[in-house]
Amino acid sequence: MEAAKKLEEVAFNILKQAVIYLPDDVREALKKAYAEETSATGKTQLKAILDNIELAEKYQAPVCQDTGTIIFYIKAGAKAKNLDKVEEAITSATRRATKEVPLRPNAVDPFTGKNSGDNTGKYIPYTNWEIVPGETLEMTVMTKGGGSENVCVGGMIVPGEGIKGLKKFVIDAVVKAGAQPCPPNILGIAMGGGADISMKLAKKALLKPLTEHNPDPEIAKLEREIFEAANMTGIGPMGLGGKTTVLGVHIDYAYRHPASFPAAVAFNCWAARRATARINADGTVDYLTHKLKW
Amino acid sequence: MMAIYKLKTPISEEDVRKLKVNDVLYVSGTIVTARDQAHRRALEFFKEAKPLPVNLEGLAVFHCGPVVSKERDKWIAVAAGPTTSTRMDIFEDEFIKDFKVRVVIGKGGMGKKTTDAMAKYGAVYGAFTGGAAILAAKAIKSVKSVEWLDLGTPEAMWIFEVEEFGPLAIAIDSHGNNIFMDVAKSVEENKQKIYQKLGITP
Repeated sequence: MEAAKKLEEVAFNILKQAVIYLPDDVREALKKAYAEETSATGKTQLKAILDNIELAEKYQAPVCQDTGTIIFYIKAGAKAKNLDKVEEAITSATRRATKEVPLRPNAVDPFTGKNSGDNTGKYIPYTNWEIVPGETLEMTVMTKGGGSENVCVGGMIVPGEGIKGLKKFVIDAVVKAGAQPCPPNILGIAMGGGADISMKLAKKALLKPLTEHNPDPEIAKLEREIFEAANMTGIGPMGLGGKTTVLGVHIDYAYRHPASFPAAVAFNCWAARRATARINADGTVDYLTHKLKW
Repeated sequence: MMAIYKLKTPISEEDVRKLKVNDVLYVSGTIVTARDQAHRRALEFFKEAKPLPVNLEGLAVFHCGPVVSKERDKWIAVAAGPTTSTRMDIFEDEFIKDFKVRVVIGKGGMGKKTTDAMAKYGAVYGAFTGGAAILAAKAIKSVKSVEWLDLGTPEAMWIFEVEEFGPLAIAIDSHGNNIFMDVAKSVEENKQKIYQKLGITP
């Protein structure tokens, strides 16, 4: 297969995988939440979520009608070939998926309010690049729902308040978000760097599987602490009350300026859609998060 | 204790007033989608005494922008979960008063103004699980018609024929009860306990 065509094929496949099949770790976390939820109304919500996940698979339809903003993360080996063709391939894969899966057209010109109709437009789909040693190209897609995006917050903590200030910042964000981000949610939290860097790290942290915790035991402890605190709020599934408000918490950080303590909280809805594939130097493709079912 | 109700449109005020918060409702019959733009246009029509494309009395209005596809001139609802209802709070009290819809379906809940209108005119808010788009689509037996397609597919008014559409958690009833407002109140109380546990001074 021609190189550009292959890139498009892989981008299309992971996009289709992401919108239809929830990752195993998210599915398992939802099942566990259903088993443990004590609120009757909360339980009906989790049951509907689990039924819906099965139906989406059965009918090969998008798990949520909001097929989100499409964001790609590329981990490119410095010696990988055809890097100049990646963004174009992503755009054409997005157009094709919009028509064939289908996806809801979600790209709107902020000035005219006009929907492009094919999920593409200026900077959209957005591509994040990371250059690493090697010859392989790893491609990840996240389709990010609007409801959970609307409650993401970035801000500045008083440096003197330190981690305690971060904890308050996160809990206040969860309480304020309430039912809006389709709980149970996954929280990506980051601090340091700068206003843009913390938000970027927070959002990227949403790509980590729920089974993975920060390798630094101190940060893993903080993840646990915020996880437990968020689940004490009582917001519950869909904000109807209950003990399952978040499914997991991931924290990342960058060093900060002595005078600034940027912090960011990125929310993901329970329909935490992501998929990854790797194109090897010999042209073979490994689908890393999902089996290719078509 | 929560009860399960199955109602068919047109739903009477008497029937809707039987529903209490935490009950579960399944609706059969006709439901009509309306998001921000369709709400705005419907209220304008009413002011100008222009009839709506469909009489909404006794029907359910659904806050939803579906994924649709067209096969041989026939529309199919592929995925149709609810959108966040709070955006429609600015319209809903008038909408309920003017058009006598009996059920409002969405996610995330609605505020005091809507709760008061529901109590006054007899309507309920049924929370459908956010993101459960295929569960919703499978209860949609056919797309009867689409109106106001000039607003774009998410904002257009889709008229769906549904069978046992649900489960809808009755989160606002016609007696002034609102689960979302109750939860918000207890969450605020819980927040103080969380602050204490984390050693945060508010």
